Amino acid sequence: MTTTVAFEKARAEGRAALIGYLPAGYPTVEGSITALKAMVEAGVDAVEIGLPYSDPVIDGPTVQAAVEAALKAGTTTADVLRVVEAVAATGAPAVVMSYWNPLQRYGAAAFARDLAAAGGSGVITPDLTPDADDTWIPAAREHGLDTVFLVAPSSTDDRIAMTTAACRGFVYATSVMGVTGTRDQVGDAAAGLVARTKATTDLPVAVGLGVSNGAQAAEIAAYADGVVAGSAFVRRLLEAADHAAGVASVAELAADLAGGVRTR
Amino acid sequence: MDTRPDPGHVLSADRPGRFGPYGGRYVPEALIAALDELDREYTAAKQDPLFQADLTNLLTTYTGRPTPITEAARFGAEAAGGARVLLKREDLNHTGSHKINNVLGQALLTKRIGKPRVIAETGAGQHGVATATAAALMGLECVIYMGEEDTRRQALNVARMRLLGATVVPVTTGSRTLKDAINEALRDWVTNVATTNYVFGTVAGPHPFPTLVRDLQRIIGVEARQQVLDLTGKLPDAVAACVGGGSNAIGIFHAFVDDPEVALYGFEAGGDGVATGRHAATITAGSPGVLHGARSYLLQDDMGQTIESHSISAGLDYPGVGPEHAWLKDSGRASYEPVDDADAMEAFRLLCRTEGIIPAIESSHALAGARRLGERLGPDATILVNLSGRGDKDVDTAAKWFDLMDESGEVAP
Ligand SMILES: Cc1ncc(COP(=O)(O)O)c(C=O)c1O
Repeated sequence: MTTTVAFEKARAEGRAALIGYLPAGYPTVEGSITALKAMVEAGVDAVEIGLPYSDPVIDGPTVQAAVEAALKAGTTTADVLRVVEAVAATGAPAVVMSYWNPLQRYGAAAFARDLAAAGGSGVITPDLTPDADDTWIPAAREHGLDTVFLVAPSSTDDRIAMTTAACRGFVYATSVMGVTGTRDQVGDAAAGLVARTKATTDLPVAVGLGVSNGAQAAEIAAYADGVVAGSAFVRRLLEAADHAAGVASVAELAADLAGGVRTR
Repeated sequence: MDTRPDPGHVLSADRPGRFGPYGGRYVPEALIAALDELDREYTAAKQDPLFQADLTNLLTTYTGRPTPITEAARFGAEAAGGARVLLKREDLNHTGSHKINNVLGQALLTKRIGKPRVIAETGAGQHGVATATAAALMGLECVIYMGEEDTRRQALNVARMRLLGATVVPVTTGSRTLKDAINEALRDWVTNVATTNYVFGTVAGPHPFPTLVRDLQRIIGVEARQQVLDLTGKLPDAVAACVGGGSNAIGIFHAFVDDPEVALYGFEAGGDGVATGRHAATITAGSPGVLHGARSYLLQDDMGQTIESHSISAGLDYPGVGPEHAWLKDSGRASYEPVDDADAMEAFRLLCRTEGIIPAIESSHALAGARRLGERLGPDATILVNLSGRGDKDVDTAAKWFDLMDESGEVAP
């Protein structure tokens, strides 16, 4: 399934789509596959698979901890593609979230080719804006991958228009100014940002950063097409006594959030 | 005919922020507005005589510019193959290094933009001290991010920053050095950008920092070029500087870029030796990629993960380098060589003993480079060295290196 189909399906059901994030390779490559599959079974519409990077400047302590462990355990870009393949085989769309340096090092064209071959749907690029580089977009287009760029509360209307014009699949709106991590409140800036974004595009707009429970998901689902949760899932794995308990906890959170996006 | 590209003009003119294939802006969208604002304000300030007058006034009456050049006659004769060695004395700036040149300009910009808070990263602590100093002077709130390893080896500077009223945050992620301090500062900036200006300490990072910091450090070379002409009647044969992120090196190189007869040498930290893998010789041993918002050389593995750097010098212990240096290297206009810890410390010792000047360990890498150049070029050569900072902060490290003090700080009998 593509992300476009997943968003259409959610819309047809009169609800927002739920997207769950976990980094590949935490606690192990196999362990991340198990957790991501459990997420899908518990009601997540699409998954976002993090490619671990040594200098994750837009991630808070929770994601940093998991990613650092994944790298220590030796997770490679090839492993990330293996996780994509395993998760995409469930039928849920799998997008990769990656900082630019590991992608450009692999080669933009080679990564696009191999991700498409693994069944991946696209890439979210948190530190690559559409105007930063001319290699990624053509490579992604050639292989039919979604290019998901971020818009932020600080973005001007002109930049939002430029960004959404370069997006395929969906647009990622960061709810607050800040790094990833769970928050008590998602922030008033998000609704305004979604409205400004929707004024420029027909693409679905998903909101992320800080979502940690069903109630928050419901709040966002009232004005956005998708809800992204990341750190909250990662924390479930980090804090669990063992991996089986972590996976169960991830599934439980996915179910809570899936309920949230259905009560708008 | 000299066909070498001129990095000074080509690049900034038609593609702002690009130096050949290097530079640019690889940052989260959330930071673009602040970078644009900084760029806009800086462009306006450059044309504003009042801003220029304020900056000049501070550089003269507060920092003590122009800094002199000192003829290091004994060092040249005894330690550098008989070459004529001239030291550009950035160590004599208020706060003890070249970092203040950049900080005063950026602090004035912060006031102009109207933000009440500044943040900065620091390695050796010199940029942190300079930022804390300017913040105290201008009444700005100041938070400095510093790798935990660096807070230990540069403890004197941590105390200085705190005395000046800054908050110092030890960073415990990754290698606990400069790279990780920059990560943490960027995270702070993404969160607090509405009230906060990031006073970046070197010519790396996203546009406009490499250009902005370069322009604010250019004064080193502009002064030195004239001073050398006045003293010797000709241009130097070579200019030597240490390269961490590259700000003191660009600062002294820039005025000489259009003088093809002047060879430009950047000396990177070779740590335990480049062959050991424990070093910070980014241009010598790295490859092009993106770190901290710009494309340049960096130390990275096959997956594009940053490789941790190592150096006795906290200020050079960084796996990246400014994009303009990457371009100067590729275009052939400047050369870059590693200097390992032992050679740097030997040059440190020699400058102390021959000139009565205790240099920063960072700057000692440039001095070791000058020794090498002196041997290579011979006694007729004139070598201009950027003495980027003084060594007070390094007395502890040096005393241990030379066995004047044991690990617990006891002075040798
Ligand atoms: C005295 C001194 N020289 C050099 C450096 C290295 O920085 P850059 O390469 O930007 O000049 C530092 C950094 O802390 C420093 O304190």
